[in-house]
This record gives sequence, C-alpha cells and structure tokens, in this order.
Amino acid sequence: MNKIKILTNGIIKENPIFVLLLGMCPTLGTTSSAVNGMGMGLATTFVLVCSNMAISALKNLIPDQVRIPGYIVVIATFVTAVQMCMEAFIPALYASLGLFIPLIVVNCIVLGRAEAFAAKNGIVSSLFDGLGIGLGFTLALTLLGTVRELLGTGKFFGFSILPEEYGALIFVLAPGAFIVLGFLIALVNKLRKA
Amino acid sequence: MEKLKSSLPNMLLSLTVICMSAGAILAGVNRYTSEPIAWSKAAALEAAIKQVTPDFDNNPIRDAYKAVTSDGDSLLIYPAVKDGKQVGVAVDSNTKNGFNGEIKIIVGFDAEGILVNYAVLQHAETPGLGAKMQEWFRTEKNNQSVIGKSLAQKSLSVTKDGGDIDAITASTITSRAFLHAINRAYSACKGTAPDSATGATRSTDKKKGESHE
Repeated sequence: MNKIKILTNGIIKENPIFVLLLGMCPTLGTTSSAVNGMGMGLATTFVLVCSNMAISALKNLIPDQVRIPGYIVVIATFVTAVQMCMEAFIPALYASLGLFIPLIVVNCIVLGRAEAFAAKNGIVSSLFDGLGIGLGFTLALTLLGTVRELLGTGKFFGFSILPEEYGALIFVLAPGAFIVLGFLIALVNKLRKA
Repeated sequence: MEKLKSSLPNMLLSLTVICMSAGAILAGVNRYTSEPIAWSKAAALEAAIKQVTPDFDNNPIRDAYKAVTSDGDSLLIYPAVKDGKQVGVAVDSNTKNGFNGEIKIIVGFDAEGILVNYAVLQHAETPGLGAKMQEWFRTEKNNQSVIGKSLAQKSLSVTKDGGDIDAITASTITSRAFLHAINRAYSACKGTAPDSATGATRSTDKKKGESHE
C-alpha cells in the first residue's frame, strides 16, 4: 500500500474518533480545553508510532499465544517513558492531563493498531500507520477541545474571544463532551458521504 | 525469518526478554528524568512559598516542620525568617472536600496572622467553575478576596454559611473546600504558635551558634 495512502487513511477514512469510535474515554475526559486535547493527542501519537514500529520489528519473535501480554508490555514501556519525560520537562501539561497519561496503555486504539496493522506489516508502513492514526486522533481531540472551550468558556486556545458570561458551562462538563462529540460525528459523516 | 512457534520455552523466553528490555529502558529513562523532575518540583514549591510569604532570607524548605491542626491532622509549615526574625509562614494545606477530590494549596500568613497570599498547588475541580479559585479569592471585587483577612477572631466561611467571603458563582462546594483548607492552615500555624515561635528562635539560635563556631 502507498505510504501516503496509509497516512491519510488514519486521518480521514479510518479516523479513530469520528469513524472507528475507539478510545472514547480519554476523548471525552481530556478535551475540556483545546490545549489539553492536543497534548493528549500528541502523547498518544508518540506512543502509537513507537509501539507500532517496535511491534512490527518484534512480530516474528513473539509467539502468537502470548502476543497480547507482549504487546501490552511494549506499549506500557513507551507510555511510562512519555509520562516521565512529560513530568520532567512540561510539568504544567502533566499536571492538567494527570491520570489520563498512564491510561494510554489501555487505550484500545494503540493495541488495536498493533493487532490490526503492525503485526502484519513492515516497520516503515507501521510507522506511517501509527503517525496517521495518531494525527487523526490528535486532530479529533483538538477539534473537540476547541469547540468545547469556545462554547463553554468563550476562549480559543486560552485566549478570550467572547466574554466569559456567554459561555455555557455544560460544554466544559461531561455532558457537553457527549453532545459536541455527537454533533461532530454527524458532521463528519455528512461530509464523508458528500 | 519464521514466526516463532507457541511452544512453552519460546513463550517463556520471548516474554522474559521483552520484560527485561522494558525494565532496562525504563531504568535508563528514570535515571535521565529523575533529576529534572525533582528539580522542577522543588522550583515550583519554592516559587509558591515566595509568592505567599513576605520577603525572607532563610531556606524555608530546609527549615520546614510539621504542625498539628485542630482536627488532629498534621500539615507541613515553611517558616519565613528575615534577619533572624520570623516574618511569616507558608502552610502546605489540603482538603478532601473538593468537588472532584483533593485540593492542595499553600497559604502564607505574616507574623500577625494576616493572610498574605495563597497558591493552588493541585486540584481537579471543574474547569470554568471551581478551577476559578486560582484567581477568584485574590480578586478585589465585592467580598471575593481573602487576602489581608485575619483569621484570629473567626474562621473564614462563605456568605451562604453566614461568613463574609463571596463563594465562586455556581461553585459553592469548591469555595467551601477552599476556605476549609485555609482554616486548616491557620489552625495548624496558630495551634503551634508558641511552639513555632520558640522553634523559630531555636533554629535561628542554632544558626547563630553555627556562625559563632
């Protein structure tokens, strides 16, 4: 398969949030602001690219019956490394994402791509697949975070656009996450059909 | 290369090697990041202490001691000493009454027990609602601000509970929790006031003694 096609496949055709509906927990939980959504997306992208490449390289050394524990250990290693680096070098973002970083380990997108793509394809293809899916995830989370932040607090990436009194607080809370996600999925479906 | 068969030795060997290399990688990353992590934590704490206490010339983190609150818990107190005199304290306080779990704040009082400033160290309150406490309680507007209040006569509470501090709009639970943390901090630094005074003089005496030697 063409590398560019693999890349765009993850961003548009098989976007993990809008099309595959995977990884909903961090999606709904971390997108209370655009910056949080983007930070979570980029951390996941990094883990996806690394784990996809590592698993693709190791795929013949891991016997089938223990592949899931093997993959999980590989993924958990990268997640823990990301967590430590974040805590050391960007403590502010680490403080706001908190609990959700370790949870990347059990994010079904990461294991899903390892199973569905990296275990069957070469290292370079897996790299592009991880990058594509990761960017699709980041894009979706940033979009969701931007809409929620704008409707909820009148801010755009932390800059005030509307006075705060116009913000509808429900969009910052959990119900708002579901509502915005629903509308965005509907919109993406409409655009994809057109 | 052929895919390894799922025989017991193969599976054992494969998982063992994966786990060992994962452990080695993480040990390396930990060695590389543990120093920056400790450093950024200490820097954040020091910046917070500077923000909430009057000018000092000692090392509050080194001189920190524990004090008991009125409800039997104990909090860490960082004394701020200037020219051998205690000018204030920063109290590392917390409350579990937050809307989303624990809130950790650091509160500074001067020598007379007047609240100098505060900083929120850690919280999980709702963004746009309870999270506003970082700014709300130091904004000079109506009765929002807790800066400059003295807790000697009575502890702080929100107007809804008969107090004189305006709660954050639509976040009374967070506001109550925040003031609870401040009251705890005050009770800790006041409950040990005689102790803390002697403790401070003792520590400065020690310092003097050291310089004499």
